[in-house]
Amino acid sequence: MTDLNKRSLIKLAALTAVASAALIGCGKKEEPAPAPAPAAAPAEAPKAEPLKIAFAYVGPVGDGGWTFAHDNGRKAIEAEFGDKVVTSFVESVPESADAERVIRDMASQGNQLIFGTTFGYMEPMLKVAADFKNVKFEHATGYKQAENMRTYDSRTYEGAYMAGVIAGSMTKTNTLGVVASIPIPEVIRNINSFTLGAQSVNPKIKTKVVWVNGWFDPPKETEAATSLLNGGADILFQNTDSSAVLQTAEKAGKRAFGWDSDMTAYGPKAHLGSAVINWGPYYIKAVKDVMEGTWQGNSGVWWGHKEGAIDMVSIADDVPAEVKAKIDTIKAGLKDGSFHPWTGPIVGQDGKEVLAAGAKADDAFLGGIKFYVKGVEGKVPN
Amino acid sequence: MLRLEVRPQPSARWSYASPLLALAITVVIGVILFAALGKDPVRGLQVFFWEPIKSPYALSELMVKATPLLIIALGLAVCFRSNVWNIGAEGQYLIGAIFAAGVALTATKETGGWIVPAVIAAGVLGGMLWAGITALLRDRFNANEILVSLMLVYVAVQVLNYLVYGPWKDPMGYNFPQTKTFESVTQIPRLMQGSRVNIGLLLALAGVAAVWVFLFRTYAGFAQQVGGLAPAAARYAGFSSRKALWVALLTSGGMAGLAGALEVAGPIGQLTPYVPAGYGFAAIIVAFVGRLHPVGIVFSAILMSMFYIGGELAQSRLGLPKSITGVFQGLLLFALLACDTLIAYRIRFTPAALRATPSSGRHQPPGQAGSALPVDGTRPTSETTEGAR
Amino acid sequence: MEPTALLIAASLNAGTVLAIASLGLLINEKAGIVNLGAEGMMLCAALAGFATVVHTGSTAAGFAAGMAAGALLAAVFGLLVIWLNTNQYATGLALSLFGGGFSAFAGTAYVQEKLPEQSQFAIPLLADIPFLGNALFKHHPMVYVCVGLVFGLIWFLYRTRAGLVLRSVGESPESAHALGYPVRRIRLLAVVAGGALCGLAGAYVSTVYTPLWVEGMIAGKGWIALALTTFATWRPARVLLGTYLFGGVTMLQFHLQGMGVNVPSQFLTMMPYVATIVVLVLISRNPTWIRVNMPASIGKPFYPGS
Repeated sequence: MTDLNKRSLIKLAALTAVASAALIGCGKKEEPAPAPAPAAAPAEAPKAEPLKIAFAYVGPVGDGGWTFAHDNGRKAIEAEFGDKVVTSFVESVPESADAERVIRDMASQGNQLIFGTTFGYMEPMLKVAADFKNVKFEHATGYKQAENMRTYDSRTYEGAYMAGVIAGSMTKTNTLGVVASIPIPEVIRNINSFTLGAQSVNPKIKTKVVWVNGWFDPPKETEAATSLLNGGADILFQNTDSSAVLQTAEKAGKRAFGWDSDMTAYGPKAHLGSAVINWGPYYIKAVKDVMEGTWQGNSGVWWGHKEGAIDMVSIADDVPAEVKAKIDTIKAGLKDGSFHPWTGPIVGQDGKEVLAAGAKADDAFLGGIKFYVKGVEGKVPN
Repeated sequence: MLRLEVRPQPSARWSYASPLLALAITVVIGVILFAALGKDPVRGLQVFFWEPIKSPYALSELMVKATPLLIIALGLAVCFRSNVWNIGAEGQYLIGAIFAAGVALTATKETGGWIVPAVIAAGVLGGMLWAGITALLRDRFNANEILVSLMLVYVAVQVLNYLVYGPWKDPMGYNFPQTKTFESVTQIPRLMQGSRVNIGLLLALAGVAAVWVFLFRTYAGFAQQVGGLAPAAARYAGFSSRKALWVALLTSGGMAGLAGALEVAGPIGQLTPYVPAGYGFAAIIVAFVGRLHPVGIVFSAILMSMFYIGGELAQSRLGLPKSITGVFQGLLLFALLACDTLIAYRIRFTPAALRATPSSGRHQPPGQAGSALPVDGTRPTSETTEGAR
Repeated sequence: MEPTALLIAASLNAGTVLAIASLGLLINEKAGIVNLGAEGMMLCAALAGFATVVHTGSTAAGFAAGMAAGALLAAVFGLLVIWLNTNQYATGLALSLFGGGFSAFAGTAYVQEKLPEQSQFAIPLLADIPFLGNALFKHHPMVYVCVGLVFGLIWFLYRTRAGLVLRSVGESPESAHALGYPVRRIRLLAVVAGGALCGLAGAYVSTVYTPLWVEGMIAGKGWIALALTTFATWRPARVLLGTYLFGGVTMLQFHLQGMGVNVPSQFLTMMPYVATIVVLVLISRNPTWIRVNMPASIGKPFYPGS
């Protein structure tokens, strides 16, 4: 095929130009009508300008896990503030160059409060925040802040600890399995907290870990769970976002936990409890701050059970009463600040003490955990 | 009933009109889809075709998205025209990005601007290396290049993961899997303030010119394509098919690597596990929709980018799911392939009464071959044309 | 001993998905058609199967729906490739991309759904045998169906007339056409049958293997099935072996992690793909062997009357 027919090429270019012009013409006529945001407040104009809020999600809203929990938080905002807010979201925004475009678009569409719900949005949000000084940015699980950007996170390790307590009391083989996602400090911390919780009621347990190198991959999670069960674990814990691990345990007649949301329905016989993240309280507070003019950047919060951000729910009926009572005590202790899961003495895998007896780990220590505690098998990847 | 009749020679008019018809069909199906989902179809079209071009910022974002697609597709065009099916451009893109990142990470605050060409060169080298593996295995062991290049994509993803979780992880990054952000001196220079478009666009356009010249004005390019279109003729003429294989793979690998380098040292600015964006696969569609022709590829790259960006906007403006982009892209390619038949074939309506006994009929004993049937006006002539390309 | 038996069991299970899809692709390729759209067909079938089980509660209906979805998409592919003579590789790719996008699009409503409880399977007496019982006899019926399929296919291809005709169409469609066989119809049948099997594999993934629906859940298994067909030099028994091996390598990576083996997990994850390349190279090395085993008309368009 040759292109010697230049005239045809010019015809093609002309056609394209004409087509574009026609669409441009079409477009201008439609400009005035703004599209209603999905699942937003009623369309009639409210008395005062409603606050426009946008959410960027890394996964699909229906994942039943991380993004699902964030979207529940968004719905909590709508329930609380009614027609004083208008919310919208974009899902499955990859943590890449595309994120900047999406977030920038949100800012230029008049949103005044933008939530970025994953670590990977940190750099894009910073860039957009620099260009849109009047817009307020909230970044989950990150660490960089700005005049108009602050961070927030949930103490998921508290949920992991409580799961560990239940697991330690229920295991018959003294081998626990964790299907882990990506070796970042948060996940390693959760593995450790799970192990510490189990050891607090059963010092003999050991924890095996398998990494799937992703957050949400049901087939891989199934295979990883199977391999852990084959290796002798009878109770599984996960830091991944789907219900595959629980379902695998259900099929095999073993036990497991739910993560991010209440997963009882996915494995009624296997389910021991779910560590549920609840972003509602924080999101409502953030919106209140904006409305009352008290929103401050260059700050970050890390909310735990005390503030209602993480909870252990739907504990199975066959868990002994004294274990349930212990969980309640832990919850009360977390609420009034008298209990801290990471209280020394805590030793690493090599037997050396990392936290002295009686010492309580502070946020800096918790944020930089790169080691396994004693009782976890294997090495931390890299 | 409808019959396909071979044209005496491929229709030049339909070579250009076929992609437009395919686009039109895709748009029509899109409108039906929007209406079925309860969304305003005109608004839907607007989001996909007007919003991405309505302001200078939007245009610049379109270019940012289109540049890697364009560059990779150019390389793939050379490859596919040589009948070498490089499906692993995504892997070559990644290794190019990795090599480029490797050079970029050596930069310090004192490094001079010379590092930018070095970063780009490293990317090209990386891509060529990865494609070279496929070429070697096909050259020496006859291993099918489709499967090898595809498997290498998965391997490349794991290599990337290994590096960002391991040796190249940013020590100040709270153990998150990513390299440190590259020094600003390694950034690919931008074309203008306020937009993310960089000189990659100029490189892409230069590539368009270079590939055009190579394919249509040089002897080597001619030899390359003959090997793909008519291997027996190529052998007779003495064109080396081994050389064609290597040229094809190294070119497409190098260009994919170039795209990787430009992305990672440009808009992304560091190496993360999210660098694999599927450009290597999308570029295959771009190459085909662009008729494997450099100029056509420019248009199809822009079109595909509009689908991507429109898909993002469709979420926030219309509440449509993200996957609608994939639906449109797949539909476009299907429609294009179907419309391409019009280049080699004409559609004829034959009234039933005039229909001759079908040639591919019941099993007949040997000796009464089907081709002994009377020739009627609708049988294809004996001139073979290689199918729609 | 126990973990090894369980590892074997897990490998067979993982391999079954690939095997069924590979056998379908083998039927295609025996007739001379390469369908790169396996991934897209499996995804759409996975969704169809999952949705059907959600609405009807019957796994069998789910399998049927999956097969129908696969067959339908394959038919579209077949019409384009066989009657309109579009480029097989490009059309297959288009099918993959479209299937991926469409299944993600249509499946958004099903992401949160779950399926009814599944029963445990075990063959009555055989399951109690010490090692072999755990390894071989406690699988979902589909695993055994797969083995049966291999034997059935061997019988069909090499012992029946129809199989002979199919193979001859794949070797030389021109000769078959000259003999009066309806080459295009036979190819279409092969493509549709292959699509139905890919669909069955897809439905198996979403209803039994990982009873969930999420977009992209086939995660490349379609492509791997394609590679494995070549890997097995187009012979059904070798397909079974190859897919079990591949399943084994996949499970091994997790097994090794669990045992605390000190290799970066990414290299373990790479293992199956590198293994496939190595075997491909070993097999292709001998061009005569390839020529002997590979259906000669693979990928080439066929024009009746030319």
